[in-house]
Amino acid sequence: MAETAIQVRGLKKSFKTTEVLKGVDFDVEKGSIFALLGTNGAGKTTIVKILTTLLKKDSGTATVNGFDVESNPDNVRQSISLTGQFAAVDEILTGRENLIMIAKLRHLDNSRQVADDLLKRFGLSDAADRKVSGYSGGMRRRLDIAMSLVGNPQLIFLDEPTTGLDPEGRNEVWKTVKELAEGGTTVFLTTQYLEEAEQLADQIAILHKGRIIVSGTLAELKTLFPPAKVEYVEKQPTLEEIFLAIVGEKEEK
Amino acid sequence: MEAIKKHFFSDMSVMLSRSMRHVFRSMDTIIKVAIMPIAFMLLFVYVFGGAIRTGTENYVNYQLPGILLIAIASGISYTAYRLFLDMQSGIFERFHSMPIARSTVLWGHVLTSLVSNAISIIVIILAALVIGFRSSAGVLSWLAVAGILTLFTLALTWVAVIAGLSAKTMDGAVAFSFPLIFLPFISSAFVPTESMPTVVRAFADNQPVTAIVDAIRALLNGQPVGNGIWVALAWCLGILVIAYVFAMLAYKRKVA
Repeated sequence: MAETAIQVRGLKKSFKTTEVLKGVDFDVEKGSIFALLGTNGAGKTTIVKILTTLLKKDSGTATVNGFDVESNPDNVRQSISLTGQFAAVDEILTGRENLIMIAKLRHLDNSRQVADDLLKRFGLSDAADRKVSGYSGGMRRRLDIAMSLVGNPQLIFLDEPTTGLDPEGRNEVWKTVKELAEGGTTVFLTTQYLEEAEQLADQIAILHKGRIIVSGTLAELKTLFPPAKVEYVEKQPTLEEIFLAIVGEKEEK
Repeated sequence: MEAIKKHFFSDMSVMLSRSMRHVFRSMDTIIKVAIMPIAFMLLFVYVFGGAIRTGTENYVNYQLPGILLIAIASGISYTAYRLFLDMQSGIFERFHSMPIARSTVLWGHVLTSLVSNAISIIVIILAALVIGFRSSAGVLSWLAVAGILTLFTLALTWVAVIAGLSAKTMDGAVAFSFPLIFLPFISSAFVPTESMPTVVRAFADNQPVTAIVDAIRALLNGQPVGNGIWVALAWCLGILVIAYVFAMLAYKRKVA
């Protein structure tokens, strides 16, 4: 298999008269964390939907794990997992039932064991048999990501995984993403938060007005700007640091 | 590709057991599809029934088919509701991005509708037996009744799928069912249409519920069904085919 997990060339997509993607090109290396940055409505979700076989492109090519998204959608689906913008969990079922359901749909033999392991890993064991409708936003997102990890897909799409989460929930998600990448999973992440990309991504691409205007590592992006001047500034704690210190959460930086 | 086809039945059973849990865990659903129809039945039999002259001795027998249709019309509104929620919550997209037999995502809802409506029909018939429903129908007639009710459920289920897939709001997703629930009241379901004013009667005599109710009633009471059963079947099949075509159009619009 190729070393690239995703290859996109000249990708175009219009909705009625609005041209959302005007020729997008990028590559995602296997095992890396790739962050697609862009403002609301830039077309990030459209790209995710095309790559996860939910939406048809107008033109261009897109391959995922070596399979063309249009001619080989079944093989693409076999090797990916999607965590969409809104936590795609079943509210009526319990956390455990949600995971078992996905494990069964992935045709795993030991669905119960898989569910137990993921519940433990995501700190949801205590809430495992409660209905998801009673979960907090952070718990819901954790379950959502846990559901995406069932069956250990090689490539995970996270569409704005931290939008709407409080700082604690966000840090939990960040930690999970880092652990995933350490385990060799490729992570495709979209975000509108620059800090998130800075914290997590090996590769960053900025989507603006339907095209990728810059892409590269953080270090490469930094060279696009004038060299940093050394200045001495008294460091004030940010409100976020104060908040996290008070609620007793350790920042992992 | 082959592997995915092979998993059709196992994927379908996962989808079915998921939505059946939704049915059984929703008090609201159970009230609307079983308790309310039974309450209507009690109301008609013990409150209004005494004043209604149907020309038959057993009013429980007379009104049962109409109650069953009301139960089905209420039942399918929850199919639209569950489908709409799936579309909104993103779980539809999660399923569609997974290596499963994709069609089971939609067909799971359709099958759930058939199964859950069958359960509520059985519960209502049992309740009717308790309050005096008696049938002289043989096995074949009962099978014919089951067939008509299944066809009716399937036809309305596809109507519900259109609503669930294309509604913009939750209210929109379920609003379509109110006229359907109301339709049996302007039919031969509870009173003979002869007692209605001309215009109302013309409507009542020519709408699908009357044909279906009359056919089921005749079957259950061991009377000859005549041509009525073909009219009833034609209505069911006609609605089924048209609703299915539009449901598929709505589905194709949503799915790549």
